[in-house]
Formats: sequence, structure tokens, C-alpha cells
Amino acid sequence: MAIPIRYNLRNLRLRWGATLMTALGVALTVAVASFILALLSGLQRAFQASGNPLNVLVMRKGLSDEVSSSISRSKFGAIKFLPGIAVNAQGRPLASGDLVVVVSLRRRGGDGRANVTLRGLGLQGLALRSGARLLSGHWPQAGRRQVAVGVAVMRQFQNIRLGARLHFGKGDWHVVGVFQDHGSAFDSEIWAPRDEMAADFGRPDFSSVLLRAASPAAASALVRDIESDRRLKLHALTETSYYARQTSSGAPIAFIGGVIAFIMAIGACFAAMNTMYAAVAYRAREIATLRILGFTRPSILLSFVLESVLLTLFGGVLGMLALLPWNGLTTGTLNSTTFSEMVFRLRFTPHVLADALLFALLLGLIGGLAPAWHASRENILTALRG
Amino acid sequence: MTFSRFVLKNATRNRRRTLLTVLSVAFSLLLLTVLMSVWRSFYMDAGPPASALRLVARNRISLTFTLPAYDLQKIAAVPGVRAITPMNWFGGVYINHQPRNFFAQFGVDPRAIFHVYPDWQIAPAQQRAFIHDRRGAAVNRKLAAKYGWKLGRRIVLRGTIYPVNLHLKLDAIFHSTGFSGLIYHQKYVADAVSWARDNDGAFYFRVGSASDVPRVEHVIGAMFHNSSHQVKVESEKAFQLSFVSMLGNVKAFILSIGLAVVFAILLVTANTMAMSIRERIREIALLKTLGFEQGTILKLFVGESVAVALAGGILGSLLGAGMLYGIAHSPNTPMMGSSLAATPGTLVAAWAAAALIGLASGFLPAWRAARLNILQALRHVG
Repeated sequence: MAIPIRYNLRNLRLRWGATLMTALGVALTVAVASFILALLSGLQRAFQASGNPLNVLVMRKGLSDEVSSSISRSKFGAIKFLPGIAVNAQGRPLASGDLVVVVSLRRRGGDGRANVTLRGLGLQGLALRSGARLLSGHWPQAGRRQVAVGVAVMRQFQNIRLGARLHFGKGDWHVVGVFQDHGSAFDSEIWAPRDEMAADFGRPDFSSVLLRAASPAAASALVRDIESDRRLKLHALTETSYYARQTSSGAPIAFIGGVIAFIMAIGACFAAMNTMYAAVAYRAREIATLRILGFTRPSILLSFVLESVLLTLFGGVLGMLALLPWNGLTTGTLNSTTFSEMVFRLRFTPHVLADALLFALLLGLIGGLAPAWHASRENILTALRG
Repeated sequence: MTFSRFVLKNATRNRRRTLLTVLSVAFSLLLLTVLMSVWRSFYMDAGPPASALRLVARNRISLTFTLPAYDLQKIAAVPGVRAITPMNWFGGVYINHQPRNFFAQFGVDPRAIFHVYPDWQIAPAQQRAFIHDRRGAAVNRKLAAKYGWKLGRRIVLRGTIYPVNLHLKLDAIFHSTGFSGLIYHQKYVADAVSWARDNDGAFYFRVGSASDVPRVEHVIGAMFHNSSHQVKVESEKAFQLSFVSMLGNVKAFILSIGLAVVFAILLVTANTMAMSIRERIREIALLKTLGFEQGTILKLFVGESVAVALAGGILGSLLGAGMLYGIAHSPNTPMMGSSLAATPGTLVAAWAAAALIGLASGFLPAWRAARLNILQALRHVG
């Protein structure tokens, strides 16, 4: 027969001082772990939200990023009339040769500089990125040295807002619009008309070409056609898979955060073990009485492990509650593909919370097992006399 | 029995609890030691003396833009500049795209590089061989050890940024503390790729003395201010830190984790002291009846708490020093990490932190113990 859970709950409440202190220690560990998980989840989400499955991105063969790629104008001419590309109302193919460069801007709050992707859009560039919506101002007009900034760039970098002047290339550019694209990678970019930018940076070639396929089947056919054409020497993939691959930018956070959470977890395990050993010692006579009443050794073992898990779960919930107000916090890290800042939001998804609770549960299991085993092995007679 | 012996006896009477507490504190202090060392190395340390005299010039727009190759002559002519070399990031693929096969590769001026980095230790014969072999490569000892490269080894790097594959021969293996990577003749790439001839990614140069640094920085900044390509000059250290700051708000990250760790130790030691005092309530009453004063009892328990925390602190900081040694000597650590080490100052700071935490966490339970009512305490069952 199992010992009722109420017995454990009441015991935890009776020794509330020790319970609270241990739980807070676990809470700190779980908070650190769930913070890392929320960072990774936010980063992943931002990359998943980027791109359109019908868009096909073309770069130079052998490269995996737009920044170092270059495509000549003649090659652009060769691919924009490939079969399967959608056309606009005027019958022109939806294809845009973009110029992508990286500029260094000062972060808000003076924490150093970070790179920002600056994208020169071809004539159809905006039509191909239908997800982007203007929040204020208007889209840049050609010939007037105007740019539009992603909403995340405005938040993360200093002195960037509507009407501000940015200095890059051969002079100043005016911020005339702020746009948003569902928290995707585009929110971390600055957009300008391509031809003007090409003149400023002395880069007549395109970095990449974006094509809109007429259908999903046409998209995969386009990818296949371009990849297999040996004369072109180009690399094509759907825009969504290009961004999905960049999720690996989270690898340093995952590694460093994982090591920190692991070390803290060891410390928290020892602390939980300590508390549970004290609980077992304190209740030696009680345990003996339970045994006399007919509770078996396994049920005592189970009961103490359960108590330990309850203790750390309580801590886990505390830790998560303490972090919840930071849900949605904007932060940025290096996109290892484009070598520029990727801004994203912290996301405490149900998945993150479940993982954090599982982590707390594991702490309780590991910390509680040895004390519980000792409790179940105790000699009844000596314990009663003690 | 002396006071300290009494404290020690008390601390070791529940061996398991003391051990668990010490271990718990130790792992927290391990983390704290590593965090403090990272902070010191990034934000407080000027680096080795040779590094403080090294400056980097690059295109102001961002690192992905190049500078005209002839700028090298202009910078070299600035008074105070002793030696200068181009440093071109090759970004080539060795064996495959696996991250563990990634290492830094720079195209340099083979003669000048050793004057810009006088702190590198290299056999003169190997240095000569590298200088005279246009397809030669030199690597630092750690990288050579990682792949088991010997002199004469052929190394093929597949170009990504430059459309050329380098077929190199390893001519020299040098020892360096801050730098890890492979260097080759920039001429090799310039001969193969036309646009590489006129452009360089960055220039590394060394000035004569620390007092030259601000002047040279200013002169070069002003020299290119009105040109079509503005130049940014910064110290090698600041240049490396700019990569760290790209990862995100590293300072806030270290501070908040450090704070969480300190608070966690506080809780653990306070909890231990509260538990051990609860067990000894009758004993405390006995001490009091024997005539021990409140102050002595307070000191007794605070001393115990400090002793336990300090033991954990010493163990943890030494573990941390070991971990830092491992990080710094691992071939997979990026360049910035190779100068990580726990200095005596950091270790002492870690111990002081541990002792302070022990003091703070032991005080409240000890104070309550010292003020116990003797009669009630003697009656206590527990």
C-alpha cells in the first residue's frame, strides 16, 4: 500500500523554512535553465517565421550565405525566365536580384556595436516579401537615398527611428519607414533600393536572386533545374529552408547555457539531498512507526522520493513564475550565417515550461533517491529507541 | 580545546551533511570562478604587453568590406608604426563543413607578420622556409597538435569567399599564446584571384610604445576621414571583443548568472546552518549553563558556517581553475578563450566571496541560537 501524498505535503509544510530555502535554490537553477530554453525557442521561432515556401533563393555555388555570394547580371537574366516562375499583373516574372551587405551599428544602451544586414531590394523585391507590413512612414523611393528599417533594428540599435539619418556607403540615408514581418529575420534588416546601394558600395553584381514559384511543385522543380545546370554554377534552395538552417546560430547559447545549467544542477542536487537526509533523520521514529503499521520498504522509498520530487517541482514552479514577466523580452545574438545581428524574443512556450519542469523533476529524483533508500533500510528497533 | 578546534569538530560531526554542503558550494563557486575569470579576461585585462601595442585597421562600414591594398603603404608611413601586414580571412573548408574542422586561416605578408607578432616563438630555419615558399603555411603548435600535422605536410583548403583552393605545404610550427590558426602568403591568393590583388580585409600593425597608440589611432582615422572608404582603427583586444559583443549582451549575462549563483550558495549554507543548529538546541543551552556568553556562541556558529563555505569555496575555485585550464588548452576553443586562466587574484576573490557568503548565511541562525532561552531550550525535543 502506498503512503498518501498528503503525508509528504504536510511534512514539507511543517519544515517550511528548510523547504523554502531548498526550493529557492532549485528555483534559481530551473530559472537559469528555462531562460536558456526560452532563448533558444525564441530564436528558432524567428527563423521558422522567416521566408515563404514558394520563394526560391539563388546564390553562388558552394556558398551558404547571401553576404559572400555574388551573381552577375547576365546570370540573373538567364534564370529569371525559367519555367515555373510566377508573373505579376503586368506579366513580368516575380524575380528580384538583391544586394546584401553588412553594416556595423551601435547597440542601444552602449553595449558595443553589432552588424546589421542591409538589403538592397530589386524592383520586385517588395512584392516577393508580401509578409512585410509598414508600421509607419512609407517604403523607400528610388533616387532619394531612403531606407526602411525592420522594427527589431529600431528597438535594438541606437538613434534609429523614423526621420533619423544613417551614415553608410557614400553618405547619409534617411529612414522613411518602419516595417514588421511577424518577428522574422527580416525584422532585423534594413531595406533600401538596390541600384542606389550598388552605386554607393561599388558592387554592380547581385548577392542573391529571389524567385517566386507558381506552385510548390514548381518551387522544387526550380530548385532542381538551377542546381543541376552546370553552366550556371548556382545554388538554389527554398527561402524557408535557407532560414531553417540558420537555427544553428543558437549553438553557442545552447552549449554555454547547457554547461552552466548542468553545473548549477549538480549543486542544487546536493542541496536537495542534504534537505532530504535531514528530513529522514528527523523522522526516523516516524518511519519506524510507518513500518510497524505495515507500510513496506518500497512504499517508504517511493514516499520519500516523491517528497523530494514535490520539493524540487515546487522550486521549479517558483523559478518559472519568477521568469514569466520576461516573456517577450527582445534580445539579439549573432546570426552565424549572415554574420549580423538576429533580433528575437524570449518565448516561454508550453514546451519550454514542460522541459523546465522535467528538469526540476530530475533534480528531485536524483537528489532524493539516496536519502529515500536510507529511509527504507532503517532498522525498526534502533529507530524506535533513538 | 581551542576555539577553532571546537568549530572544526562541530563542522565534521555530521560528515555527510558537511560533505554535501561543501560539494554544493563547490560547484557554485566553480561556476563563479569561471565567470569571474571570463569577465577579467574580457573587460579588465589589457592582454600581454605585445598585444597592447598591436592595432587593427579595417573598413569602417563593417568587417565584410575590404580596404584598398595601397592603404597599407599610407599606414606604414605614419610615424610610430613599426611593422604592418595585411590579414585576410580566407574562411576555407578543411576536410568538410563540420564545425570541429573549422579554424582561422589568414593571408599575410610572410616577412612582416613576425615583426607584427614578435611574441611568437619560431625556429629561425622554419621561419626562413615559410618566407621563401610561396605555397607555404605556418600554424601554431596547438592547431598542429590537434590534427597531428608534421612539417612538410600537405594541407588543402577549399575556398568559399575566394574562388580558389589552396594547396599548401606546412613549413613552420610556431608557439603563440593568443593566436590560433594558419597563415599563408596572401600573394598566393592574389595571383589566382584578380580582385584579391587590390583589396585587403584588414591590416594588423605594431607601434613602438604605448604612448604612440592614441596618436596613431587619431592620425589614421583623420587620414581616411574624407576618403571613399573610412577606416576604423582599434586595438587588437578591442577588435577581438567586438566579436564577443556580437554574441549578445555578454556582460548582463555574466552578471545575472553570477548573481543567481551567489544567491544559491547563500541559500544552501543558510539551510545547512539552520538544520545543524536545530539539532543542537539542547547542546547550546548546555553551553550557556556552563557560562559561555552569547557572543562566543554567535562566533562559534558563524565560524562553522564560514569554515564550511570556505572549504567549498577553495575546492570549487580549484576545480574552476582546472576547468579554465581545460578550456584554454582545448584545440576547439575559439581564440579569445585561449588566454583564459584563473589568476591568484581571482582565486582570492572567490575565497573572499565564499567566506562572506558563509558569514552572511550563518549570521541569522547563529544569532537566534545565541539568544535562546536556556530553560525552553533544555526542554526542547528534537
